[in-house]
Amino acid sequence: MRGILGKKVGMTQLFDDSGEVIPVTVIEAGPCTVTQVKTTDSDGYNAIQIGFEETAERKLTKGQRGHLAKAGAANLRRLRELRYEDAPAFSAGDVIKADIFEEGDFVDVTGISKGKGFAGTVKRHGFAGGPKTHGQSDRHRAPGSAGAGTTPGHTFPGMRGPGQMGNKRVTVQNVKVALVDAERNLLAIRGAVPGARGSLVLIREAVKKPKQA
Amino acid sequence: MSNALMNSLLPETNANFPQLKPGDTVRVHQRITEGRNERIQVFQGVVIAMRGGKSAGATYTVRRTAAHGIGVERTFPLYSKTVDKVEVLRNAKVRQAQLYYLRERSGKSARLKEKRFIKS
Repeated sequence: MRGILGKKVGMTQLFDDSGEVIPVTVIEAGPCTVTQVKTTDSDGYNAIQIGFEETAERKLTKGQRGHLAKAGAANLRRLRELRYEDAPAFSAGDVIKADIFEEGDFVDVTGISKGKGFAGTVKRHGFAGGPKTHGQSDRHRAPGSAGAGTTPGHTFPGMRGPGQMGNKRVTVQNVKVALVDAERNLLAIRGAVPGARGSLVLIREAVKKPKQA
Repeated sequence: MSNALMNSLLPETNANFPQLKPGDTVRVHQRITEGRNERIQVFQGVVIAMRGGKSAGATYTVRRTAAHGIGVERTFPLYSKTVDKVEVLRNAKVRQAQLYYLRERSGKSARLKEKRFIKS
């Protein structure tokens, strides 16, 4: 599967040919270096490992440096593996650029969503909370009932409740590539993408491709 | 750096696109596509607000007084592709950045004083 690593730059808007505004997320995608090629013979499956974002030598362990040196790659901070049927066609040291995608392609974008901390049910699950007036006290953002009483005697598993929200791997599927600038390694993707600005995102070919109209 | 990257994606404004200011009287020529036909619609009025600074989503609002003293306002994206050209007919001396007070006025009190200096 085609894919590339990138850094979220931020959101802006573009105009399409008809003059309509397209909200886009700008991603600095690549250049990524292939750091390892896995094939059915060597590992039992086909995949490539790609690296992104150069860093200082002292920030990598000896093991990491050795691994990168084997591929002839620079000191890269982020390594991710991509299942890739055509993996044997690659060799370590190859460079992947933003031009593996073109305008109009559908992609899936994976990132770590912004952390919201320990959030209540109103924020986390969109519960309505309690009434704001009519003598209510301490019930405004309460989750309400968690189930019946003595029978069944416990809360059913999967009951939505308060807890950690965000800071979790999230994928948005079937988002359109609005712009590709291979020279400057830029991708603009229609709509929002998980993660804070500056965070790592993985852009892959869409798994569930929408039907071409 | 991220900001520089984003700014580099800003659409280029036409070379003949004038620098607008609140109080300017302008003619906005907008291309309108109806089915297959394309025509130019002109909207003439006073720029009463510029919003969004230099961002990609920046807009300007033009107010005109239509028939029977009905005020009509239209907000155009600064970088809109459908706006063919903008002519500035008049600059006015204004003391507010947003001229929303014009909404409550009509006739004589809605006039703006023209800027009196020679533009180089």
